Amino acid sequence: MQATIEVNGLRKRFGAALALDGMTFTVRPGQVTGFVGPNGAGKSTTMRVILALDAPDAGTALVAGKPYASIRRPMSVIGSLLDAGALQPSRSARNHLLWLAHSQGLTAKRVDEVIEQAGLEKVAKRHAGGYSLGMRQRLGIAAAMLGNPAAIMLDEPFNGMDPEGIVWMRGFLRALAAQGRAVLVSSHLMSELQDTADHLVVVGRGKVIADTTVASLLAAASGDRVTLRTVARPEAAAVLEAAGATVAVTGWDVLTVSGLPAERIVAVLSEKAVPFSEVSAHRATLEQAYMELTRDAVEFRPAGSFAEPADGGEEVSR
Amino acid sequence: MSTDALSIPRADVSAEDAARRGGFGSLVRSEWTKFRSVRGWVIGMIIGGMLMVFLGLTIAKGGTINCGSSNGAAATGKACLPYVPYGPGGEVVSDSFNFAHQPLTGDGTITVRVVSLTGEHPNFSNGQGAQVGGALVSGLAPWSKAGIIIKQSLHQGSAYAAMMVTGSNGVRMQYNYTGDIAGLPGNVSSADPRWLRLTRSGDTITGYDSVDGTHWSQVGTVRLAGLPATVQVGLFATSPTYFVTNQSFGGSNNQGGSSQATGVFDDLTATGTPAGGKWVDTQIGGGGPIGSGPGPGAPNVAGSPSPGNGPSGYTETAGKYTLTGSGDIAPVTPGPGSNLPTATLQQSLVGAFIGLIAIVVVAAMFFTAEYRRGLIRTTLAATPRRGAVLAAKAVVAGAVTFVVGLVASSVAVIVGAHLESSNGQVVLPVSVLTEIRVVVGTAAMLGVAAVFAVAIGAVLRRSAAAITIAIVVVVLPFLLAVLNVFPAGVGDWLLRVTPAAGLAIEQSIPNYHQVISQTNPIQGYYPLSPFAGFAVICVWAAAALGLALYVLRRRDA
Repeated sequence: MQATIEVNGLRKRFGAALALDGMTFTVRPGQVTGFVGPNGAGKSTTMRVILALDAPDAGTALVAGKPYASIRRPMSVIGSLLDAGALQPSRSARNHLLWLAHSQGLTAKRVDEVIEQAGLEKVAKRHAGGYSLGMRQRLGIAAAMLGNPAAIMLDEPFNGMDPEGIVWMRGFLRALAAQGRAVLVSSHLMSELQDTADHLVVVGRGKVIADTTVASLLAAASGDRVTLRTVARPEAAAVLEAAGATVAVTGWDVLTVSGLPAERIVAVLSEKAVPFSEVSAHRATLEQAYMELTRDAVEFRPAGSFAEPADGGEEVSR
Repeated sequence: MSTDALSIPRADVSAEDAARRGGFGSLVRSEWTKFRSVRGWVIGMIIGGMLMVFLGLTIAKGGTINCGSSNGAAATGKACLPYVPYGPGGEVVSDSFNFAHQPLTGDGTITVRVVSLTGEHPNFSNGQGAQVGGALVSGLAPWSKAGIIIKQSLHQGSAYAAMMVTGSNGVRMQYNYTGDIAGLPGNVSSADPRWLRLTRSGDTITGYDSVDGTHWSQVGTVRLAGLPATVQVGLFATSPTYFVTNQSFGGSNNQGGSSQATGVFDDLTATGTPAGGKWVDTQIGGGGPIGSGPGPGAPNVAGSPSPGNGPSGYTETAGKYTLTGSGDIAPVTPGPGSNLPTATLQQSLVGAFIGLIAIVVVAAMFFTAEYRRGLIRTTLAATPRRGAVLAAKAVVAGAVTFVVGLVASSVAVIVGAHLESSNGQVVLPVSVLTEIRVVVGTAAMLGVAAVFAVAIGAVLRRSAAAITIAIVVVVLPFLLAVLNVFPAGVGDWLLRVTPAAGLAIEQSIPNYHQVISQTNPIQGYYPLSPFAGFAVICVWAAAALGLALYVLRRRDA
């Protein structure tokens, strides 16, 4: 089964607010697709539309080539976790999984398997109301895995997890992708996805801003600039410009060099005996790349903060 | 990318498992798992059942009847019961009347002209519900009756067929206590007499009436199975309890007291009777004129004037017969129409409405709890067929309530009847089928009410709102009807159009139009027939389900 999620031209309006504005992307099997964007970008709405919980005003969402609502036992096709807190507090975790299993015609045996996978054996008989958020996330993952689906869709699974849980979650998602499953994980923090996602769908204001691999997003954000720290600034600039680079002064003892790779810069400076204390290739973090992309899409920014001077001028970082 | 690269280890699925995967049965099982795994809901249902039994039995237990026994010592409970006659159909009957009779052997005919029917009853004329003085005033009860009768024997409860004139219901042919056929309309008087005739042929008896003794019309023909060769034939007169109903806001109340009727007959002829036989007067069941002292069959209920066996109330002068009697020949119905302390099957089910409160709360929360926690999204993601989810929830809530209700109503009816009869009450017997209908029907009605609450929960999504609406629509009319808060007219409409109409499924004793009694829910009477009433509550539940389905499909989860 080609287990993909295909979202095409979704539009949805909640009263005056346009939640989805032509959302279009595809989730492929065998990789973790990060679904990132600021709060209010339409990630959760998109996921609800994919699960046929919300009806879009326009557009389609297909899972394994079919509308979700037409799938007979959907949890065997796609597992999902939208809200880890959606639990009846007085029902035990095992009974929660058991009713879900029964709705799919699955047995209690399968329930015990996913309880073990999620590491919930010791607490499965306890009331879910007493679970920490991290435990609820694990319970939600267990529920998503019940039908052993070829696609998994998780909304903010890292929320409320302790560091140990985050490590577990990352490994778990990598393993699912390695098994050939399609994994779609949303987050409003790019850092959570840094070492997890292969592919990124960056969204803002209800539509896709970037649909790319992690590697190419980083390359685009980094450019080929090199930072040079030297006490002999004029000499270094002259030597490097002679070698064909473009040099800009960016600090008292700092030059930013472009047009030459770091190895060549080191070689040229050494040859001419120009002293320098540091040569570093400028490498943007995923977070920086993401901030660049989504700057215009952030719905709510603190007014008058340091990030946005009161004179309305360019932001400091630009 | 090839599909081989995507091969994923599947969960073990047995063949049996695969066969039923994802069907409606799985969904019902899933909802049942949801229900049973929340302890509060299970406990709520059990509490509902227990409240129902507890209240029903408290009322059934009531007070023990006390009386003085014949040897002067105090007696209680069953020892107080007078002789209780049972009719051929097994029902408890009144069989008290004044009877001028002769034996009739084989086939024969009796014909008579009735020239007058008059009577006396207590005075409730001030409309305050209190009797004015102790004296009787002239007047007839609607079902005061006098005429001719062929009766199996002089024993109370034996089979009979009779032709009669009545207080205000014209000529009737009545038989075996529950049968009633209308004949000529209008009241009898010397200017407008009525001729009545009964003929016996084997065990078939045919009744005729006439205004002139020449032109006869057949009123009806009935077969009294197993009628012996020799029966009793003759004239009779009797008159039931006279009722006045006072309607007010705050309920209606009835005042009643014994009345008596006097029939005047002439042109009496009979065939099949012994040659030269004399008419003998017997007060069957103490059915003579009022004030003649307690008769052997009269009940010992304090304060109620009893018909008795003092003055005979019978005279015969030159072919003119005058007969005065008090009592009734009719089925005993619940309430004060009978002098017997009666109880009905459904009296022990009166706790149903209080059990219903707990049931409605649990059933509404069975749906609203999912909205409160956002669990509805998990449910609908697992099963996108929203109609099926609604149906499965309704099935589970309805079935759980039905089972709880069935246990509760069985216990209440069986134990309640036992308590009532040991208290000295006469539990009016009904057929096994009727008993099953009352017990199973009560459970089914509660189940339907639970389905209604589930649907309201789905529509309103909020527990407090859903519970309030469900209680106001379902439980409150039950309560108002049972407590008899409104005048009969308003109360009757509540019991016709609200879900409380479903209570009619509990009615065990039919409405006999020929017996006037206190026909309100407390006595177990409802304006709709049992299944029509049940249909009303089903319509409510179906309408709520339809609305729930509509909104569930239309709105975002």
